[in-house]
Formats: sequence, C-alpha cells, structure tokens
Amino acid sequence: MYVLYAIISLTSLGLLLGLLLGIAAKYLKVESSPIVDELESLLPGSQCGQCGFPGCRPAAEALAEGKASPTLCPPGGAVLVEQIAMLLGVDVDLSTVTEPELLVARVSEDTCTGCTRCFKVCPTDAIVGAPKQIHVVVADACIACKKCIDVCPTECLQMHPAEVTLRNWRWAKPKPVFTVESDALC
Amino acid sequence: MISYAKAHLKVRSGAHIGTKTSISSIMGKVMLALTPATIFGLFCFGWSAIFLFIVTLTSALFFEAVCLKLAGRPVKSTLLDGSALLTAWLLAMTLPPYAPWWIGVVGSGFAIILGKQVYGGLGQNLFNPAMLARVALLISFPIEMTTWANVSPLFFPHSPDIMESWRITFAGILPSDGMTGATTLGYIKTEFSQHRLLTDILQDYSSVANFFGWTRGSLGETSTILLAGGGLWLIRQKIISWHIPVSLLGTVFLLSSVFHLMDANHYVSPFLHLNSGAMFCVAFFIATDYVTSPNTPTGQLVFGAGCGLLIFVIRTWGAYPEGAGFAVLLMNSVTPVCDYYIKPRIYGRDRQGKPLEINK
Amino acid sequence: MLRNLFSKPRLRGGVHAEERKSATESSPVITHFPLPKKLYIPLQQHVGKPAEPMIKVGDTVLKGQLLAYSQGMISAPVHAPSSGLIVDVNDYPAPHPSALPIRTIVLETDGKEEWLTVPVADDPFQLPPEEISLRVGAAGIVGLGGATFPTAVKLNMGRENHVQTLIINGAECEPYLTCDDRLMQERAADIIDGVRLMLHGMGTDYAVVAIEDNKTQAYTAMYTAALPYAQIEVIQIPTRYPMGWDRQLIRYVTGKEIPVGARSSELGVTIHNVGTAYATHKAIRYGQPLVNRIVTVSGGAVGQPMNVEVPLGTLMSELFEFCKVDTNKTARIIMGGPMMGEALPHSVLPVVKGTSGVLALTQEELRDKQEQPCIRCASCVTVCPAGLRPLDMANNIRINQLDTAVDLGLKDCISCGCCSYICPSNIPLVQYFKYASGEVMARQQAQHKSEQTKRLMESRNARMERIARQQAEEERERLAAKAERERRLAEEAKTEAEAVEEVS
Repeated sequence: MYVLYAIISLTSLGLLLGLLLGIAAKYLKVESSPIVDELESLLPGSQCGQCGFPGCRPAAEALAEGKASPTLCPPGGAVLVEQIAMLLGVDVDLSTVTEPELLVARVSEDTCTGCTRCFKVCPTDAIVGAPKQIHVVVADACIACKKCIDVCPTECLQMHPAEVTLRNWRWAKPKPVFTVESDALC
Repeated sequence: MISYAKAHLKVRSGAHIGTKTSISSIMGKVMLALTPATIFGLFCFGWSAIFLFIVTLTSALFFEAVCLKLAGRPVKSTLLDGSALLTAWLLAMTLPPYAPWWIGVVGSGFAIILGKQVYGGLGQNLFNPAMLARVALLISFPIEMTTWANVSPLFFPHSPDIMESWRITFAGILPSDGMTGATTLGYIKTEFSQHRLLTDILQDYSSVANFFGWTRGSLGETSTILLAGGGLWLIRQKIISWHIPVSLLGTVFLLSSVFHLMDANHYVSPFLHLNSGAMFCVAFFIATDYVTSPNTPTGQLVFGAGCGLLIFVIRTWGAYPEGAGFAVLLMNSVTPVCDYYIKPRIYGRDRQGKPLEINK
Repeated sequence: MLRNLFSKPRLRGGVHAEERKSATESSPVITHFPLPKKLYIPLQQHVGKPAEPMIKVGDTVLKGQLLAYSQGMISAPVHAPSSGLIVDVNDYPAPHPSALPIRTIVLETDGKEEWLTVPVADDPFQLPPEEISLRVGAAGIVGLGGATFPTAVKLNMGRENHVQTLIINGAECEPYLTCDDRLMQERAADIIDGVRLMLHGMGTDYAVVAIEDNKTQAYTAMYTAALPYAQIEVIQIPTRYPMGWDRQLIRYVTGKEIPVGARSSELGVTIHNVGTAYATHKAIRYGQPLVNRIVTVSGGAVGQPMNVEVPLGTLMSELFEFCKVDTNKTARIIMGGPMMGEALPHSVLPVVKGTSGVLALTQEELRDKQEQPCIRCASCVTVCPAGLRPLDMANNIRINQLDTAVDLGLKDCISCGCCSYICPSNIPLVQYFKYASGEVMARQQAQHKSEQTKRLMESRNARMERIARQQAEEERERLAAKAERERRLAEEAKTEAEAVEEVS
C-alpha cells in the first residue's frame, strides 16, 4: 500500500516539475544576439580562404549551422578554436590544432621586376611599389594570405617567419608535467 | 649584427633558487609524525593489526602503480613521492584491528582509484581519499567495520599469537568471545538508547586510559597524547598551520560544553569528546590534507569550524557514533566555495578587487 | 614616525631566503678593475624611449661626454664611460635572456681616462630645485636598484606632488648581492649628501633611510653620517625578501598603501635607491654623469667573489675573468639577484646601468628539478606579498584559461619569485605568469592586427569600388560622346544630302 502511494506521489511530482520546466523554457527564454555575427567577429577577417569557405562570413554561417568544425581556421590557432567552441557550446579536441607560424611575405630585391601584379591582388594593400620599381612588403599589414605569391612571375616573393625582436620576444609556456605517452593504455 | 654564438647556457625564468622542501619530504614528515601512534597501535593490537597495516599499504602502492601505468605516467618517480603510501597509512589508522585483509585491499583500492586517480592524480581530487574509502567501507561492511578488538598487546600472555592472528586477518575467523567489544562512544550511544544516564554509563570509563591509548578503538587512533604530539610537531615544522586543528577542536569543545552544561546527563562532556585519539587524528592529519582543504587561513578556520560542528552533530544526534569521516567529506565539498569567496586582499585593491581610493 | 604595535600588520608574505652574502659582504669594493679595451654601451639602459646617438663612428670622445641624448619625456641620455674612439654604432646582443640585438655604441678606450670638464655649482643648495632635476637628468641617472626608471622624472613628480617623505631604499633583500651594503659602509657621507640634494630637488624636508637589519655595519655607518642632519632618519627594517619592493617598504615605513594604478608620489612619498642617491651626489658635486657602478660578482663558480666598480659597457666575460670564474662549473649566469634576476645565455654581454650583480651559479645552488603536480599546499598564497593566489593562476594558465588568470589578478603580479621559491613541487610559477602576460599581450596585438586588417581591407574595397565606379562613369561618358559624334555626323551627312538634292 505504501509502495503505491510512493509511486503515485513521486510520479506526479516529477510530472508537475517537468511541466513547470517546460513553461519556463518557453516564457522565460533569454534572447541572445545572432550567433553568426558573434562568430564572424571572432574570426580574423582576412578572407584568406584556408578554411575552404569563400570568406569569413560564410565560414561563420557554416559554423552556426554546425556544418563546419571549430578547428576550421588555421591562422586562428588554439585560441580561436577554444573561443568558437565556447560560443557554440561544443566539445573540441585541441590535440590536432597547431599554432600558426606567424609568416610575412618578403620581396627578394634581386629578382623583383616591378611588374605590379602583386600589389594589385593584396587585400590589405601591404605591398608598396610602382611599375618598374622594386616592391616592398609592409610587414605590419601582411596577413599571409599568399595571394601575392600565386601571381608573382619571378617567384621573388617568399614567406618568412616574422622577425623576433627584443620588443616581441616572450617566455615560452613551461613544459607540461606529464606528456601523454604513446604507450598509455587508455 | 655581430653574434657571439659560443657555448650557450639554457635560459630559465623565475626564481633560480628554492627551498629544499619537496613533496616526498612533506609526506615523509607527516608519516614521521604518525609513527609513534602507529607503533603504539600496532603494539596494542598485535599481529593482526600488523598484517592489516602491511596489506593496506602494499595494495595501495599496487593500485597506484596500475593506475599510473594505464595513464601512461612515470610509475617509479610518482610512487616515490609518498602520497599513495600516506593515504593508505591514514586509512589503515582508522580501520578496526581485526578487520579481514580484503577490507584493507578494497579500502585502498577505493581510496587510490576512485578517490584520487580518476580525478587526474595527485592534487586533483575533491574529496579526502582516505575518508572516502573509510566511509564507503563503513556503509558497505558495517559488521566488519564496527567490530572493535580489546587491547591485546603483542607478546602479552592472553593476546592472540601469530597463527591465530593470521587466521583473524586472512581467514576471517574472529577470536573467541571476550576479545571484542564496543568503543567508548559506541557504548555511550547504545546505552543512551536504553535511556540510561551518562553518569551510570561512564562508570567504567577511564580518562587516563583514553589519554594514553589503552582502550578499544581503531588501529592507530587510540592514543590522544601521541597523536596530539605528532600533530603539534607538524605545526612546528610548518607542514600544517594551526587554523584547522584549533577551529575544529575549539568548535567541538564549545558546542559540547554548551550542551553539557545544559544537560550533563544526556550530553557528553567536552573533555570526553576531546580525549579521543580519533579526534586528534582527524584534526591534525586528516582535515588538514592540502588538496581538499581551503587555501587561505580564514577559509581554513571556516572549514575547521564546519568539521567540528558536523562531528558534534553526528556524534550527538546521528546514527553513527563516530562522525569524523562524514564531517570531513561534507566539508570537502564546501572547500571550493570557501576558496571562491574567501580570498586574500590584493595589495592596492579593496576586498571587491577595485583599486583603493586615494584620500588626500 | 609612530609604529604602533597594535596597528594592523604592515608586512605581508615574503620568504626568508638564504642570504649567501658572506662571500662578499666583508671585503671592500675593488676599484682597480683593469680598463677594458672595448666598451659596449647599449642605447637603452632605462625604462622609456632609447637614447638617440649624436656621435658617429670615428669620433674621439672624453670620459663623461654625451654620446646619446634622451628622447621624449621618459628617457635618459648615455655618456662615455671612458675616453677613446667610437668604433661602431650597430646592433649587438643585449644583456637579456634572448641576447637579441640592441643598438649599441662600441667605444675603444685609449687608456687615458680623460674626463670632460664640466662646471659645477659651488653650493648646490643655492640652485633652484628644478635645476637639480635638470642636472640629474642630464647626467643620465636612473634607478640603480634595477628598475632603471629615469630619476629626474621621479624627482619632478615628487616636487609637483609636494611629497612629504623621501624613502631611501637600502634594503638589498636579494641573496648574494652586497653592492649597496658595501656602498653604505664605505661611502656613507656621500650617500647622505646625495639624499640632501634629492630633498632639495623635491622641496621635501624629511627623508628615511631604510636598511635591513642584517646589515649592522652599514646601518652604523649611515646612522653616523646622518647624525648632523635632523631631517634624515636612518632606521632598520626586518630582513625578509622582498623587503625592497617599493610598495611593501612604503607601507611598512609610512603605513600608506599605494592603490593599484597610482604612483607613490600621489600619496606624498617617493622612494629612491641608495646607489641612485650616491650617483646624484657625484653628478651635482663633481659634474660626473653616470658612467660606472658597483657590481657584485658572486656564486659558487666564482673563484674570487667580490664587489667591483666597473665602467658601464664592460663585458661580463671580462668581469668573470677578473674574478676567476670557472666556466665548467657555471650552470647559470644571472644578471641581478637569484630571485628576480634574468638568466643570460652567455657572458659576452655588457654591464648596464641596472646591473647590480652578475652571478655564476653552480648546479647545486640552483633549483632546476622536474616540475611535479601541484599539491595545493597553498604555501604560495602564504608567501605572496601582493596578496595573489599563484596556485589558482598557474593552474588556470596551464589549461589555457588565460582570462580567468587575468581576473584572478595576473596583472598585479610583481614577479618577485617568492612563490617559485617556496613551491615544494618545483613549479616554475613566475614563468607561467610571464608567459601568460606575454600571451595576453600577443593576443591583444593579434586582435588589433585583425581589426587593422579589416580596416585596410575595407578601405581597399572602397577604393576599388570607387575606381570601378569612376571607370564605369568614364565609360558611359565616352559612349555618350561617341554616340553624340555619330549623331552629328549622321546629321551633317543628312543636311549635305538634302543640299545636294536641292541643287539637282
């Protein structure tokens, strides 16, 4: 007899609470800003196309729809993956993400012919030059999208790692205490 | 640009010098502080206690090694830091001396695997592993965990000899009647339920025996003086600070005094509460566990007070005569909250974190 | 100054580090260091903008001559530490853990040590206070305790804020270092004179010289030297690292706590190092700019540890040779003290204004063991003088939660190293914090760069559109003009045809 009472009371309590939760989910819902805009603001905005989408906005849309993984943007590095994952509320495996090497293009002055093809395609106007004059890359503005390298006829444009100076030298992160060894069984 | 690339030394940051203290030295000192009480307890309860102690410690090391291997972490260096050994030692101290060997094994397994390694190893656990194991054992195996041996010291005439002790620990055959009984607190609780008054119940109680440890109890928790001495030595060595022990013992003393003064016949006196080795073991060794207690002195005072309150409540009104394990576990769950709200004030900022005002 | 026993404690955290000063604290400062053949003088030895050279290769200079002038409000000039010939102005390795290049003037000494003659005031106390700051600034004096903040700027701030107390920092809390100790023991009168000049330069009438109580002889010397001057008080402070941290010292001496983001002068207090006071004395009394300093050379690998007065720009390798350092035993070279000093990759780097000591430590003296897991013992919380929680910050940084670490107070960390010192698990806490600060700054820079990128791309797109529109516009006009011409031709042809028809 007691058992019956217990079953009835707990079941009806559960149903009642479930009903209350459903009502709350509907009427007390929090409005949030469109997630696509927030995702787009996180992405670098260089429209380099390395993610496979034609630009950062389409990539953001794909992320919002769940069609792309948070690890899609190589220049963003692990930081960006985490931010996207946090925004979307998904889990992500960081072991496949490598830190992007900060590259900048550099004109090799010996072989530049002054053909002007490169600065016409540079999306941030980072190349300065004029016809028949040697061009030069403004390193601060270069986003390493490599469009200039594709069009250069003499291959005088090369990608180099960004220069480390006393101003931007930083301490490395201390090595982890335990490295995950390959013979771990689980 | 001229470079002088000759023999380059490795460049490291931060403080280049440091104390000689290491994890193993800290664990070692704690074990040293426990040694007098342990040896006394092993002496008091004879070979069974010794067997149980050895089984508990070795199985802890075994489980730790297995877990480390599964996780792909270095086994030898981690085992040498002494943390598994200390956890097992503390667990063994709280076990009944005549408990069968599998209690020690299951307890160690619970403590090491479920109390420490699943959380990620040293420093990551939320609950005190030794208390977790003890509580799990108490609830799962109440009979074995509440059979308390009489004091039958090693080599004394009426104590079980080594063969009989072997049978007690490894075959589960308890000795003939008259060798076991209840602890003081257990006895008081059962007698209260018979509506006897405290003054009657305590006729056979000897405070001196309890002080020195010549009484029934856990393997290593009978001697008040030895545990208190070890604990005070730890404070002097700056391994633990005074905050948790003082607040824990002080709260128990305070609450029990209040109730005892109100009704001396139904509430145990504060001196009896404090005159138990288990109380000092918890206060100095178990509640002060680094990983599961708060980081700030104020937080530690709150933690200790909470433990004391819960110990008193469980002892007085709870079903179990000894509530320290539950009290510590409950307060462990409150530790993150303590750490979140009780934090030191940053120099130049107020308690809320805003920069101080300049008053001209 | 009342130091009430019952007021709240004004000393927080800190560690009793092993002093290790016995090797160098009892011997006098060596002043006969052989003049190096070449001196390498970086253009930035101070906080602020680097100095700009005004000499060129091939110039001959006298000792104390201006080599590079200061740039901007916060900067300091650089002077020739000896007379000789300028042989190079180029990039050379900097005394920094990375040994990356820094613009340096290389001076080849001629051995004559000829000073540049500079007029000095007979009685500097007749000079207006602003003049003191000007001369101190022109002498290139910066904070010689290691912070290297331009002293003239600090004196000006002190004067403008009408500070009531000048504190002279004679704490020297770092292990091994004894240069300030010996300076106080041997040249106390000169230091006190410098203090008086600083007081005059700021218009303040009270100074306190704070000396740690492990330096009893220095205290006696300074106390005796300051006796004639009622406005200078010499006190002893407890020996505890980091007693020399300016904010801790100010709170201990005056009871005032400096808010985050505020300067001590806003609270009526300024603090200067004893070495800085001594340099001020030399600059004002003798017209000598900052061209040399006392450096402690110590450590287990040093054959003859000593305090030695060297010209700035001396290569540390020459210093090591003089002190008979065993390079095989040297496990680490440190510029500064062992708690906050910077490790250097090799010793062929110059001594600069902030080099209070150069240490050659053996492996036994170092703490270089493998990091172990954090056991949450909270010793770091107990010792942190700034009131932070290093274990929480480091544990968050380890899992890349840098924003949480910043919220916990990462920006308030002074990198004193007390937490790293005391940690039983050998966790390099200070490196975590330095890494995190660098990473946060790099992310901010990356953020700026991506915003800049967006702006650049937008302006380029706008320009392209404008050009496209212009071209379209021109095209339309051209077509319209062409159509117009054709229409007129057609009309003319029509009128001609009509005229021909009429005639026929």
